[in-house]
Amino acid sequence: MGPKKSLKVAGALAVAALALSACGTSGGGTSGGGNAVAKTSIGDGEGQVSILAWPGYVEDGSNDPKVNWVKPFEEQTGCKVSFKPFGTSDEAVTLMRTGQYDVISASGDASLRLIAGGDVQPVNVGLLKNYADVYPFLKDKAWNTVDGKNYGMPHGWGANVLMYRTDKVSPAPTSWSSVFTDAGKNAGKVTAYDSPIYIADAALYLMKHKPELGIKNPYALDKDQLAAAVSLLKDQRKNVGEYWNDVVKSVQSFASGGTVIGTTWQVGANIAKADGAKVETVLPEEGATGWSDTWMIGAKTKNPNCSYKWLDYIASPKANAQVAEYFGESPANPLACALTEDKNHCATYHSGDASYADKIWYWTTPVATCLDGRKDTTCTDYSEWTKAWTEIKG
Amino acid sequence: MRLSRSAKSVLGVLTALVLLFIYGPLLLVVVNSFNADRTFGWPPKGFTLEWWGRAFESEGVRQALMASLGVAVVSTAVSLVLGTLLSLALQRYKFFGRDVVNLLVILPIALPGIVTGIALNNMFTTILGVSLSMWTVIIAHATFCMVTVFNNVIARLRRMNGGLEEASFDLGAGVFTTFRLVTFPQLRSALLAGGLLAFALSFDEIIVTTFTIGAGETTLPIWILQNLFRPNQAPVVNVVAVVLILVSIVPIWLAQRLSADSVGVGAGRDGAGRAAKATAG
Amino acid sequence: MALQTQPGTRPGRGTAPGTAVVPRARTNTFSALLHRHPRLRLAGLLTAPAGWLVLVYVAALAALLITALWTVDTFTGKVTQSWTLANVVQVVTDPVYQIITLRTLWIALAVTVIDMVIALPISFFIAKVATERWQKLLVVAVLMPLWASYLVKAYAWRNVLAEGGLLEWLGTPLGLHSPGYSETAVILTLSYIWLPYMILPIHAGFERVPDSLLEASGDLGAKPWTTMRLVMLPILVPSIIAGTIFTFSLSLGDYITAQIVGGTTQMLGTVVYANVGAANNLPFASAVSLIPIAIVMIYLFVVRRTGALENL
Repeated sequence: MGPKKSLKVAGALAVAALALSACGTSGGGTSGGGNAVAKTSIGDGEGQVSILAWPGYVEDGSNDPKVNWVKPFEEQTGCKVSFKPFGTSDEAVTLMRTGQYDVISASGDASLRLIAGGDVQPVNVGLLKNYADVYPFLKDKAWNTVDGKNYGMPHGWGANVLMYRTDKVSPAPTSWSSVFTDAGKNAGKVTAYDSPIYIADAALYLMKHKPELGIKNPYALDKDQLAAAVSLLKDQRKNVGEYWNDVVKSVQSFASGGTVIGTTWQVGANIAKADGAKVETVLPEEGATGWSDTWMIGAKTKNPNCSYKWLDYIASPKANAQVAEYFGESPANPLACALTEDKNHCATYHSGDASYADKIWYWTTPVATCLDGRKDTTCTDYSEWTKAWTEIKG
Repeated sequence: MRLSRSAKSVLGVLTALVLLFIYGPLLLVVVNSFNADRTFGWPPKGFTLEWWGRAFESEGVRQALMASLGVAVVSTAVSLVLGTLLSLALQRYKFFGRDVVNLLVILPIALPGIVTGIALNNMFTTILGVSLSMWTVIIAHATFCMVTVFNNVIARLRRMNGGLEEASFDLGAGVFTTFRLVTFPQLRSALLAGGLLAFALSFDEIIVTTFTIGAGETTLPIWILQNLFRPNQAPVVNVVAVVLILVSIVPIWLAQRLSADSVGVGAGRDGAGRAAKATAG
Repeated sequence: MALQTQPGTRPGRGTAPGTAVVPRARTNTFSALLHRHPRLRLAGLLTAPAGWLVLVYVAALAALLITALWTVDTFTGKVTQSWTLANVVQVVTDPVYQIITLRTLWIALAVTVIDMVIALPISFFIAKVATERWQKLLVVAVLMPLWASYLVKAYAWRNVLAEGGLLEWLGTPLGLHSPGYSETAVILTLSYIWLPYMILPIHAGFERVPDSLLEASGDLGAKPWTTMRLVMLPILVPSIIAGTIFTFSLSLGDYITAQIVGGTTQMLGTVVYANVGAANNLPFASAVSLIPIAIVMIYLFVVRRTGALENL
């Protein structure tokens, strides 16, 4: 094939593809959820509901026959559940955009993106009878409420705590400086969470230690503040042995000693301890980032009644207790604490401890409009954070 | 070429070392499927049969396995048909754009899976607006599996004796009859080899599948990916892997048997001695 | 993919297809029509597969490339069709992406060379030295790992390479140390995973070298090494290149192994994956994916003339 001919072929194909994609992609118009109206009553179930959630949030016994809270729901409501798990908030947003799912468990770094994109609808929490019981400090927050409209049912929450090997790190760390400015003490054995959202951990540290930068909210960074966080993380990178993106992976490294200090989730610490690793966790003095999940309903759902039923069901004491315990996080409904198999579950996860919860900066999607209320500047958004993250890892 | 004894033994030792390299990590998988430590600490502190019990109880594994088998069978079937048609066209005819088509069939496997994955995802969801399902996975798999069938068949066609087909036509057999009774029997072992590789490719594919699979559906690799992330499930994944390796002996053995039994006519040129050494995967 | 079976097998067994009873001339008009018009036959053969490739794959690729010229609305995260070269320019000029591209190329090349060095002697041994009985066993032995899941193999290597893992456990007495989770670990693991894809075509290549040719070379006084270099290698080149296409391009697009054993290593696939999942920035991901597309296209173009593409 001569180059000219191939060019012609490619050109023709390109034009065809262009024509095709022009009819497929939305022309950039924003069909934001702002003008959507919440339901006013729950009718009969439609017979099915498809759910997008973190692994471990929707268990139907297929992984462990003893772990099953989908079956009671199906029996009570007649709504058959199909479930798709996702690995990261970013994947969750991408999948939800396909419009194939009725319900999603969104962390704060996904929920705002979904609301802004018009992918989820406002929820009339008055229709959800378990909503009244939910911890007040989880309600009407920036990641689940926009312009006074609620967008879902709060689920579990937890902090990204600092874990360390008691036999390899002494004295016991009390500050995030052990993974930032002092990371050199454990060079090559530090771990960090492998997601752009981890930039907020550095921002939180700078917020406390470099007040002159003027960071008020680790998710609202202007260009200079982001640059400061990036340079802190680039310094940290020299001492990082491994970035982790799944808990088991990080626990393995802690157990073998490949990693001795770094951020983790409480559930990771529990697994490591259960397997006899000498680890301890601490909520450092600066506070921590964390997640608070919200069950949301797709804007284009064809099964709104089953969706509402799921939101209500999953916050009911029994189901909420099962999920929180299986996943390893704090439940949203205090009544769940009495129903966990391990009676200390809520204490371990500091469930009702509002002062503990106050020290947590929950994952929120960074957007151009500064979340801390600054009007005189624009903030860096998540796509800039993503590129910065690539640059940090190099 | 006559190799000295020592040269032969050096090669033999090298081969043994490579096999050790290949099987060492697999052996570790076998050991870890009995490892009592959920995070596979080494050396194992204790052994348990718990994971094996759980794997056999797990509904999720069974469903994922059936889904994977289904996808692999259908996409292999599609690529067998398309790959054979394509190789016949390219081997028997000279036409405008022949080189382009030849390159096209290689592209889906030569380009990185993530590129193929996001391209097809974008195509299905944004441009065509179809919702993802097992069928989109099958379409994607068939696209990159076609090449294995194509290559095996076209290699066979090149070495085949075209005179037989002409004789068949001359004796009055139609196009379809000739294919069924003359061409196809000679292609059988090539189809088998190509089809088997297509099956293996599809069965273990993870990246393209991630981007083309529908809501709530899992193939085995997707199930494995999801469960490696769960503390109590990771050891079960090892069990599944061990079972897969063991079960894979069946199709490989079958292929060896079948290809040894099917006889092509084009062997003459390579000499009978060589032909006897025929191997298949 | 490799693994062409040798046509035909044991002489003297089975029936030649020609001996089947061929029906007498039929009045099947469609068949007759096809027989009389080769172009019609060609159209019949070509329409389905070529149509499939163009409609499914080429269209998808072209759409992806066009997307690279669009942007994402930062507020809604949806693709906006305003034309810009910004993504492509950033990918080409930003030093971060240059470094990642070079690293990815280096990893893919290293994997390819390692697999080639391992595959050549073992394939030679299997095809030309081992007895017939052993040949079959060895081929099966090499093929079997192909069926163990890619993910499981990568995870197995994670355990092998772990601190205090199998490699250190075995290696410490010998003074060997695990490279830990690093670039080296990625190269090792990928070499392991893609090895069968290199052995298969090279083995098939050796099978095609007639023994008589080697004997002739020996009879004419050539040392084994000379025979290998001057007789065998030229015949093998296309098979070797066919193998390299697999190991090279499969490594080039990988991101899962980098995630599992890479520690902090980023590859091109990592960046594409991060941008398409994270930030939902398909235009930027498309722009990054132009790099591996370009590299593979150039490679295919260069090796096209060697006839390697016919040996895949």
